[in-house]
Amino acid sequence: MADASYPDDLLYHAEHDWVRLDGDTAEFGITWFAQDALGEVVFFDPPEVGSTVTKDQPYAEVESVKAVSDVIAPLSGEIIEVNTELGEKPEAINEEPYGAGWMVKVKLSDPSEQESLLDREAYEASLQ
Amino acid sequence: MRRRVADASSQTLKRTPLHDRHVAASARLIPFAGWEMPVQYADGIRAEHVAVRNAAGVFDVSHMGQIETTGPQAAALLQRLISNDVDALQVGASLYAVLCREDGGIIDDLLTYRLAPDHYLTVTNAANHERDFAWFHKHAADFDAEVADAIDRYAMLAVQGPRAREVVQTAADAPLPAHHTVAERTLIGRRALVCGTGYTGEDGVEVLVAPEDAVTVWDEVVRRGATPAGLGARDTLRLEACLPLYGNDLSEERGPIEAGLGWCCKEDTGFIGSDAVRAVREAGPPERLRPFRLTGPGIPRPGNAIAGGGVVTSGTLSPCLDVGVGMGYLPAERADVGTAIEIDVRGKTREAVVAERPLYRKERDG
Repeated sequence: MADASYPDDLLYHAEHDWVRLDGDTAEFGITWFAQDALGEVVFFDPPEVGSTVTKDQPYAEVESVKAVSDVIAPLSGEIIEVNTELGEKPEAINEEPYGAGWMVKVKLSDPSEQESLLDREAYEASLQ
Repeated sequence: MRRRVADASSQTLKRTPLHDRHVAASARLIPFAGWEMPVQYADGIRAEHVAVRNAAGVFDVSHMGQIETTGPQAAALLQRLISNDVDALQVGASLYAVLCREDGGIIDDLLTYRLAPDHYLTVTNAANHERDFAWFHKHAADFDAEVADAIDRYAMLAVQGPRAREVVQTAADAPLPAHHTVAERTLIGRRALVCGTGYTGEDGVEVLVAPEDAVTVWDEVVRRGATPAGLGARDTLRLEACLPLYGNDLSEERGPIEAGLGWCCKEDTGFIGSDAVRAVREAGPPERLRPFRLTGPGIPRPGNAIAGGGVVTSGTLSPCLDVGVGMGYLPAERADVGTAIEIDVRGKTREAVVAERPLYRKERDG
């Protein structure tokens, strides 16, 4: 696993999710801190395309060898795409948490929710 | 991210003599049965698992307990307590058995070594040690025998894998004891009990040393090529080998026949619980502990229900097979190898098939 990193161009949720905004859609994933806490991810159970996600609520599960964890939605909306590559290669969540390890793409229902998210500096401060 | 497993309370945790070594090796430490134990080191559970299957790994199992039983009636006491035939246990040999309640419920599963004619050493599971010792102590009153809690006398290392014996042998003063036997040896100048036993499905030894010698022996086996491995890999290895885990697959709620441990129960010896065990053996158990393998995606976990009755007691992703595997109790009429079963994994139905023991065997699956 690479060293800890938290890109500047993302927004963060305190439960260790990241958001890459693109107009009224966004990509979600989990942060370097989250994947490090999990250990080796061996299974990602994605939600269905078309289902809705609610900010602060679980929308997917990730499993390490030892444990199951819920992934929390950083914003609300409708799933328009899931990263099906993670079915075959869940370790991408460890190896490239901000790249190949992305989890879902969401059409946001309330873009103003993003005001409650953290920037890199605030998120990193929350980890101290 | 929210972990679905509750964090253990912040009780004061015991540390093994190897704690500093674990910290230095970037171990992730977790509370386990009152001890602070490494669940994995820097390279992760899969790498440790593969190291044990292909070469050698070393586990700190100093949390496991020991009870010494001595005296003229030591054998008679153990014969009353444990399910296997203690009279058949030769000096220098080991015996696997369960400790049962009167109703046959399993209190613990144990390995007992006969060190001398009237001297036996029994290794307990960490979570059960105090209860086991109290049980031994209570029943010892009826015999001319002494039982002693020896948990503070020993640190314990398990060196496991196809290269494990070679790694330990180079540090030893004499040939290592064969599979299932025990002998006193000197390892780089330290007295040790070396046992040809383990909990991974691989060849190897378990080594008991004085706590103050643990670091020296650990450093030597690591220097000679054993990979430090944690409780995570210990669990995936034992599950692939279909070795039951007390607290998951074994409990007071079920007896040894249901658990597939009838082979280590000799009811004619009259051990506590033998009447109940005999009754289940003769009537046939209503359910059986069976290994299974998923035929599609998903990872079974303890507590998952099996459709039509039954429950998963152990589950993980098998690092060697790369599929979800587990063990669980199934109604006896649906427990045959090859039976298709459906497991409810947190609301999703996962398809599986009852498998042969062990789930993984190198010659067959490697």
